[in-house]
Amino acid sequence: MATTYEPVIGLEVHAQLFSKTKMFCGCSISFGAPPNTQVCPVCLALPGALPVPNARAIELAVRAALALGCTVNERSVFARKNYFYPDLSKGYQISQFDLPLNTGGKLVIDTPSGPREVGITRIHVEEDAAKNLHGVGHGTDTLVDFNRAGTALIEIVGEPDLRNADEAEAYLKKLREVLMFVGVNDGNLEEGSFRCDANVSIRPVGQEKFGTRCELKNINSFRFVRKAIEYEITRQEAVLSAGGTITQETRTYSDGLGKTIPMRTKEDAHDYRYFPDPDLPPLVITRAFIEKLRVTAPELAEQKRTRWQKELGVTLYDATVLTGHPKIADYFEEAAAALAGKDASPEARAAAGKKVANFVQSEVLRTVTTRGLEAEFAVSAEYVAELLRLVEGGSISGKMAKDVFAEMITTGRSASKIIEQKGLSQVTDTSVIEAAVAEVLAANASQVEKYKAGKTSVVGFFVGQIMRATKGAANPQLVNDILKKMLDAQ
Amino acid sequence: MSDTKITLEDVRKVARLSRLALDEAALAQMRGELSKILGHVASLNALDVSNVEPTYHAVPMNAPLRADVVQASLPRDEVFASAPKTEAGGFAVPKVMDGEG
Amino acid sequence: MTSQALCALSGIEIQKKVASGDVSAVEVTNAFLERITHQDRKLHAFLYVDAEGALAQAATVDRARKAGETLGPLAGVPVALKDNLCTRGVPTTCASKILAGYVPPYDADAVERLRRAGAIAVGKTNMDEFAMGSSNENSAFGPVKNPWDETRAPGGSSGGSAAATASSMASFALGSDTGGSVRQPGAFCGVTALKPTYGRVSRFGLIAFASSLDQIGPFARSVREAARVLSVIAGHDARDATSTTTAVDDYEAECGKEVRGLRVGVVADALGAGVDAEVVKATRAAVAKLAELGCEIVDVSLPHATHALAAYYLIAPAEASSNLARFDGMRYGLRKTGDDLTATYGTTRAEGFGPEVRRRIMLGTYALSAGYYDAFYVKAQKVRTLIRRDYDAAFKKCDVVLTPTSPTTAFKLGEKTSDPLAMYMADIFTLPPSLAGLPAVSIPGGYSADGLPIGLQLTGRAFDEKTLVRVSDAYERASGWLSRRPSEIV
Repeated sequence: MATTYEPVIGLEVHAQLFSKTKMFCGCSISFGAPPNTQVCPVCLALPGALPVPNARAIELAVRAALALGCTVNERSVFARKNYFYPDLSKGYQISQFDLPLNTGGKLVIDTPSGPREVGITRIHVEEDAAKNLHGVGHGTDTLVDFNRAGTALIEIVGEPDLRNADEAEAYLKKLREVLMFVGVNDGNLEEGSFRCDANVSIRPVGQEKFGTRCELKNINSFRFVRKAIEYEITRQEAVLSAGGTITQETRTYSDGLGKTIPMRTKEDAHDYRYFPDPDLPPLVITRAFIEKLRVTAPELAEQKRTRWQKELGVTLYDATVLTGHPKIADYFEEAAAALAGKDASPEARAAAGKKVANFVQSEVLRTVTTRGLEAEFAVSAEYVAELLRLVEGGSISGKMAKDVFAEMITTGRSASKIIEQKGLSQVTDTSVIEAAVAEVLAANASQVEKYKAGKTSVVGFFVGQIMRATKGAANPQLVNDILKKMLDAQ
Repeated sequence: MSDTKITLEDVRKVARLSRLALDEAALAQMRGELSKILGHVASLNALDVSNVEPTYHAVPMNAPLRADVVQASLPRDEVFASAPKTEAGGFAVPKVMDGEG
Repeated sequence: MTSQALCALSGIEIQKKVASGDVSAVEVTNAFLERITHQDRKLHAFLYVDAEGALAQAATVDRARKAGETLGPLAGVPVALKDNLCTRGVPTTCASKILAGYVPPYDADAVERLRRAGAIAVGKTNMDEFAMGSSNENSAFGPVKNPWDETRAPGGSSGGSAAATASSMASFALGSDTGGSVRQPGAFCGVTALKPTYGRVSRFGLIAFASSLDQIGPFARSVREAARVLSVIAGHDARDATSTTTAVDDYEAECGKEVRGLRVGVVADALGAGVDAEVVKATRAAVAKLAELGCEIVDVSLPHATHALAAYYLIAPAEASSNLARFDGMRYGLRKTGDDLTATYGTTRAEGFGPEVRRRIMLGTYALSAGYYDAFYVKAQKVRTLIRRDYDAAFKKCDVVLTPTSPTTAFKLGEKTSDPLAMYMADIFTLPPSLAGLPAVSIPGGYSADGLPIGLQLTGRAFDEKTLVRVSDAYERASGWLSRRPSEIV
């Protein structure tokens, strides 16, 4: 009988901290600068240069840890991880080893069988390596750009609690969302500020002991993570089913080949000779500082979704779309609050929330451009609220609102200004509407007969005709009321 | 630490980790010298330090933290002033293979 | 004044004359440059003489005086800098082939402070490669000769700085001390040589040997000059995370004070087997002299000091193996291109580093490598704790601890080069204060029958350089050794 295997997956995520400068020196980390223009004696490892830790990076690392339910250790130690590589200027990476900043957290992910808790072993602070550029120069040389070298990172080591590629993807997406909502990481996979390695092994179902694991590298998109893990599980199953054994190794994912392939590694590659960095005394942060960060922690997407469903009249689906980016979530909340106004009743707040949610999803979202933690909106939340207030007050119809919104994007003007200038105000004069209704009914006697015979679906036809006659300016609610009254009176 | 006999294989491994290309004669000589030094170091065996905390920093202090303020980087000509080889704004190094170093 | 007369002046006198306009800084500088040309052909204390830079700096000082500005405490005073201190635009090699011709883009903090105080940097001094050695014979560019006897070693690793000071090629010099590299050559060359408390002087720009031990210190022909230099170079530097914020004292103000009532601790073990009879005799005489001056002499013991050598030769090489990883031929310095990247690393480093540096890198890598870390590195750091405790106990009974600086006077060049361990023994008295991070000074304490200087070492409490200066100065005045200088080189 063929053995059934259960995959065991643990992810290690490297997330760049959203500071202005590097972990141990004052060089800027802005993206896209010409190579080797954001470097100094410290990050180039010139002789005599020394590291000094970035306060902001430490704060961000603690914020991440608190958001992930970690214990923040008041005393942690920077350690050197020694190995030679051209992208590592000092010949060692400053990281943390046996005394990391944060330990023992968790992340809850949604799976088809319900929410699932995934353990987080530790979150430590470290510095990024430089970038090796291959095939750029004239010859065979590799070119090294140290702009990225020394960028502050956290490494989030997850427990081997994941059981398939879906869960791995869900974990990564959730983790990225958390880090973005606390403002720690910009979630930019393409630019490499959020990177992932996966440890994958399989074991016969029911077996406690883990199988031999392989470490997958170069899986820097959600799609690659999924494909690489799926491939690796299948590969390991094939090896074991054929009576073979898994070799513990590092493998890289090749999208071109659609598979993972072993990386060439040296036998001594893992003797990193960690020891406490003598250039850096222990990192000591106070309980008070941790508590201050705890109470000022921003609301996470998960919390927003729950609260919005309760308070802002939105569905889980709406809330999920609107928490797609922290700035969109802020935008939604701002517009909803502005529309509801101060001291609004819970019902009014819920109604306003629902209206804003619908409008943002149908109109605003396609005009938003996001880049990292930043987002650009064509129209401010305040203007959108004003526009929706005009609809609410009956000044314009919902349909007109869309045209006005388009006009707001191109002109940058407010809704009221546009309406005033274009004379777009909605027709609410009942005598005007009554005249239009009478005219339409008179011109369509056969349809009126059908209505009288019980075919109420013709109402839609009449409304269309009336709106056309009023060039869309008639208040739809009034049209409906008057039409019904006059039809019944026929 | 009682075993202060360092084998030639140990020496070879350490030379590799240290990225020092030593020939056989140099490895053998190194083995002799390291053995002698490690022999002396073995005197520490006489001490029971099981309940002693290590001193990694002689003067106890905490890491000072730096404000997250951008400082001027080095001008390009100074970045490359002492570089053995450069190309296209990068440090040119022998081709890097996966996992090699 | 004649050149010779100028060079015979103390730095204190030179500053006074330059500040008053009796003599120009350019005249002083020319006198010293001339003397270097003459003396250094034999001594080889300098690796680089920066005549141009020195004269330019001197001209700046003279201009400032003419403009009526207040001059610094070292205005116009020539200084020699150990070649492991980074100097902007001036070659800095650590006496290693791997850094031959390397020119740093910045000044070390101590160098910056000297320049601000008006000191004139005349050149870079020879040393044991990367400060590893006790005789200066490990310089890749040939050893320094002892000014008192050219067949003898000047001590190490700051032998060039010690010899330059002793032979008046500079008024004072800076060296670096990791396990005795300032004090031991100071003793061999008959000058005052002070290692401040760890953290007292910024290590920014000091090319690291062993980061938890390295400390920059001055050489001078008198205690008062050393005290003034220390006041200039000491102080907090935000670029070094191990730099202390403890206030800097006015060390020079300690000169000329009484020492009555101060308690001097004498370690009986330090006057036992393995120490030259003449050194023992001189030390006893110094104890008697201090008693005469009113000091209270007390017996103290440092029971774990005998383990200092073993601990040091694990800790220092371990840190060095990591600190020297940046010398890889990728971004600066020597590159010996091999068949591939690994060969390039190996050949560059094997050819670029001399035998002692290679030996210590190997020893340190071994001590940190998997399976040996706890037994070697951690154990050595625990021994360090025991040595610190010994001093804590001793300083309950006394204010300073007196020992010889070195068990012997200057040995012959070549005498110990074939036996690394025998060479390491030269440091047995200087290592314990280094491991404990304590300040210690070597002062001339007499002369052997063949006319070689004998050094006395005084060790103080952490950050109590003040008391060291006070006792040293009192002894210097009482002993009359200050007038003894080596005969002129012809």
